[in-house]
Amino acid sequence: MASKNLTFLNRIKDSDIYFSFIKSPTAIVSTTILIIIFFCSFFVEFVTPYNPFDPSSLSLMDAFTPPSWTEDGLAKFILGTDGQGRDMLATILYGSRISLIVGFSAVIFALILGVALGLTAGYFGGKYEMIVMRLTDVQLTVPSILMALLVDGIARGIISRELHDEMAIYVLIFAIGISEWPQFARVSRAATLVEKNKDYVSASTIIGVSNLIIMFKHILPNILRPVLVIGTIGLALAIIAEATLSFLGVGVPPTTPSLGTLIRLGNDFLFSGEWWITFFPAIFLVILAFSINLLGDWMRDTLNPKLN
Amino acid sequence: MSFLKINNLSVDYKMRRETVYAAKNVNIEVGKGEILGLVGESGSGKSTVANAIINLIDEPGKVSNGSIFLGDINIHKDPENIVKYRGKKVGLIFQDPQTSLNPIFTIGEQLIETIQTHLNLNTEEAKNKAITLLKEVGIKDAEKRFDNYPHQFSGGMRQRVVISLALCCEPELLIADEPTTALDVSIQSQILDLIKKLTKERNLAVILITHDMGVIAETTDRVAVMKNGHLVEIGPTKEILTKPKEIYTKSLVSSVPPTNKKIERFIIIEKENKSQSETNIKILNRWTKKEIVDQDLVQIKNLNKSFDDSFFTENSKNAVIAVDDVSFSIKEGQSFGLVGESGSGKSTIAKMIVNLFRPSSGDIYFDNVCITKIKSNKEMLKFRKQIQMIFQDPYSSLNGRLKVKDIVAEPIKLHNPSINSRDIDSYIYDLLESVELTQRSAERYPHEFSGGQRQRISIARALATQPRLLVCDEPTSALDVSIQAQILNLLKDLQEQLNLTILFISHDLPVVRQMCDRIAVLKNGKICEISKTENLFKNPSHDYTKELLTLMPKIESIYN
Repeated sequence: MASKNLTFLNRIKDSDIYFSFIKSPTAIVSTTILIIIFFCSFFVEFVTPYNPFDPSSLSLMDAFTPPSWTEDGLAKFILGTDGQGRDMLATILYGSRISLIVGFSAVIFALILGVALGLTAGYFGGKYEMIVMRLTDVQLTVPSILMALLVDGIARGIISRELHDEMAIYVLIFAIGISEWPQFARVSRAATLVEKNKDYVSASTIIGVSNLIIMFKHILPNILRPVLVIGTIGLALAIIAEATLSFLGVGVPPTTPSLGTLIRLGNDFLFSGEWWITFFPAIFLVILAFSINLLGDWMRDTLNPKLN
Repeated sequence: MSFLKINNLSVDYKMRRETVYAAKNVNIEVGKGEILGLVGESGSGKSTVANAIINLIDEPGKVSNGSIFLGDINIHKDPENIVKYRGKKVGLIFQDPQTSLNPIFTIGEQLIETIQTHLNLNTEEAKNKAITLLKEVGIKDAEKRFDNYPHQFSGGMRQRVVISLALCCEPELLIADEPTTALDVSIQSQILDLIKKLTKERNLAVILITHDMGVIAETTDRVAVMKNGHLVEIGPTKEILTKPKEIYTKSLVSSVPPTNKKIERFIIIEKENKSQSETNIKILNRWTKKEIVDQDLVQIKNLNKSFDDSFFTENSKNAVIAVDDVSFSIKEGQSFGLVGESGSGKSTIAKMIVNLFRPSSGDIYFDNVCITKIKSNKEMLKFRKQIQMIFQDPYSSLNGRLKVKDIVAEPIKLHNPSINSRDIDSYIYDLLESVELTQRSAERYPHEFSGGQRQRISIARALATQPRLLVCDEPTSALDVSIQAQILNLLKDLQEQLNLTILFISHDLPVVRQMCDRIAVLKNGKICEISKTENLFKNPSHDYTKELLTLMPKIESIYN
């Protein structure tokens, strides 16, 4: 094999995953959309001149400007403005930043919790496994929205009012994460059951390697593929869950609006004709979730060793 | 007059990076009433040729050149031809009788369906024909068993049903792809006898694909040897096996473990591997070599193991007894063979010795210490170091996510915590060279190696702790015969120079004969007899041993 002299970049180009990526238009389109969204959200200060959270830059005179291509539209507000004269495009991008942060953090939280429990359950088996798996069953019977409402309610009870707005985002991450971990636990347990019966695990046991090292050095890297696929699809679910909770008013505080908050705010104006205030954040959310799901689908097909 | 004529057949697989030639310009002819053996190592294209005949080549492969004549008809000219002939003129027998029958239909339904697809018979006639066929392939009470489902038959009986399915439309050509590989020796010989009988009675042309030279010697009239998609040599079986012309055929024949004598080393005739020198064991200077004293290293006393599926009760009647009151001992420096068919409990015993399973009762003594009673991990680690194991499947025994270097380094670091990284590297290189791998292999991942090379890495890992006992659980049964010879040579050299004690587990009697000083024969978890190797082969005392010895396919039978 001549792979020795190849640089890291060439190794990627040479890999089968890259090959299947450039053969799949769905994967390319969804990745491009996601890269654009991520870039615009995290570097929003450089993308748009407006800052919807700086009251001095807002003018109520601009309120309810329709999108630029309609009769009353203004060229400087491409997607129009909301009831306070904020540029819709800028608000959406600022909002999606919050949504993405919450989504990613919740998935990472769920992934770490779920994989740790699933891996140990699959490896040790016995009563411990039974308890963990029944716990996931119980968790799965509680709808995630209900779970999140519950967590939010308890948090409101414990945390003082002043702190609450500050803590809201962490509560949200915890609430969404806690309702998503059973998926990760189940997948990683199933994969662990397959891996732990392979001879390389026996070989390590015979050498005398400790259980902890076998689990994390040997088994964990071998079960990551299905976990990452679940993680991608989980990210879309987490973003939607965040939007739902914010729409219901138990998510992030209105001072740092996310996509869900924007949709809720716009909802009030829907029947008075200002459709764009709720329509654009909603469409944006759909495109974001859809692209992540398509990418997850492609990953599942590519990373599944049975299909190769 | 040959019935099947394959002219210049080439089969290509267009892959992403290159085009793989699974078969290249293959010319084969088979006459009626003749069994042609097709041998070769895995990937040599023998199954590809068979699949090409019945047009069952998977995408992206395709027949790029050549013609296949069945009688006077070129069956590949018109794609509709082959649909007509598949099942009717050409019958097929697959390797695994477990999966080649549909479990939700009775065998009667499957036979009638096949018969009615090709022959114009009503259900009553088809049923009569099916029952006649089942009788012909040796199924007793065919009328009664007609309505049974596949799971109600044993493996050998199921393979007979598969043969009757292949025969039900009076084919003229029968293709058997490793028909006995999944079966035990005793059943294998029955199935082969049946195929021989049917060939004569029905004047069939038969292609028998196998990797087992003993089967070739006992069953076939002519043999075709394939390598890398090319036909190396074709001719009468006796001529090919006794006077092979090509180097490859010579090395193939010399790699087969003889069943009638014990040899010192396998002769390896390969162009690239000219040097017949003994292995260069570099780790020798690191090895604290144990002097061989005449005493037992391993003693196994009344070992029992049962597996219990039931969850609620401890002592359920459903428990499966895998090992039943087994006792034996192994002297230091000896190699001890454990022989038995699948399900005889040999792997379970191995796993108890290396302490992967705890026995249900009984004791294992290692160096006069009872290791089954040790509770603390720290105490156990001392024995883990001295007992190592080599596994059957070279593909699952190495962690694909680690470099070879890290795989071999793991036991070294664990048992010598104070070793510095320079020493580790040189130790790894010594180990790799001792198993005849290059230093450069250290930086690679396991998937870049072939099965035989992976097995060498496994051996290097096992040797890294400087064990006194090496448990080899079917170390070569997943390998091709020429690779098997190399690995067995290596194990012999290592044992000799490092004074290793070896427990060698196999279902393959000739291999065990080459490797072991003493042998125990296992059946259903019980030991039938233990005796010295030559003694066992010359004067078996137990009936089961005698049966195994007479039934195993012998390459030497060609001389008679």
